Amino acid sequence: MHKKILLISRHAPYGNSIAKDAFDAALATAIYDQDLSMLFMDDGIFQLLRDQQAQEISQKSFTSMLSALPFYDIDKLYIHQESLEQRGLTIENLIVDNATIVNSAQISNLLNHQDHILSF
Amino acid sequence: MHIIVNNQQLAVDKDGYLESLQQWNTDVATEIAQNENIQLSAAHWEIIYLLQDFYKEFEISPAMRALVKYTEKKLGPEKGKSIYLLQLFPPSPAKIASKIAGLPRPANCL
Repeated sequence: MHKKILLISRHAPYGNSIAKDAFDAALATAIYDQDLSMLFMDDGIFQLLRDQQAQEISQKSFTSMLSALPFYDIDKLYIHQESLEQRGLTIENLIVDNATIVNSAQISNLLNHQDHILSF
Repeated sequence: MHIIVNNQQLAVDKDGYLESLQQWNTDVATEIAQNENIQLSAAHWEIIYLLQDFYKEFEISPAMRALVKYTEKKLGPEKGKSIYLLQLFPPSPAKIASKIAGLPRPANCL
């Protein structure tokens, strides 16, 4: 049975494993063929930055890993507008070009339409 | 754990996946494939190198769905099918082919 699931990722990519856990949960959800959307907000925005050089700290790069999402049919990506603005970033700084920018009011609407919400 | 190829001892994890891709070469691939009862043909090598390209680009080993989609994109719809990959790398293409290609075990792979 298809459930509508929203995965919220709101932590910076490195320094702890929260962002990686969110990514792994997204891939697992996709494999079970669920209707998955991903929302990046707060410091989670930094996961989407271009040209991360994670090899310098012996980590895998979120620039690379998140680019694989289309191959898992994860294509409903949302980015919180205020989080983006607070960090002085624009969509051009990010690796996703097909993501939907949403404001706080639109996020409430997004949350209201889910069966489950996973927050990381 | 380790395997021995050309008198060289190579570290592998508990499921037989190479610890370091740097130690991979075609002899290693042939040896791992033999342990899986697979004789590597040109069609196998095509997928093995494809997987290594995927890993280079995305830094993860693809699960089955992603492998099928990537194969379809790179090699066309004839080869981008579960059944084609299943014939080459039974019984679990993503897991077996990643092992032969010297990559980590795909996460979340059923």
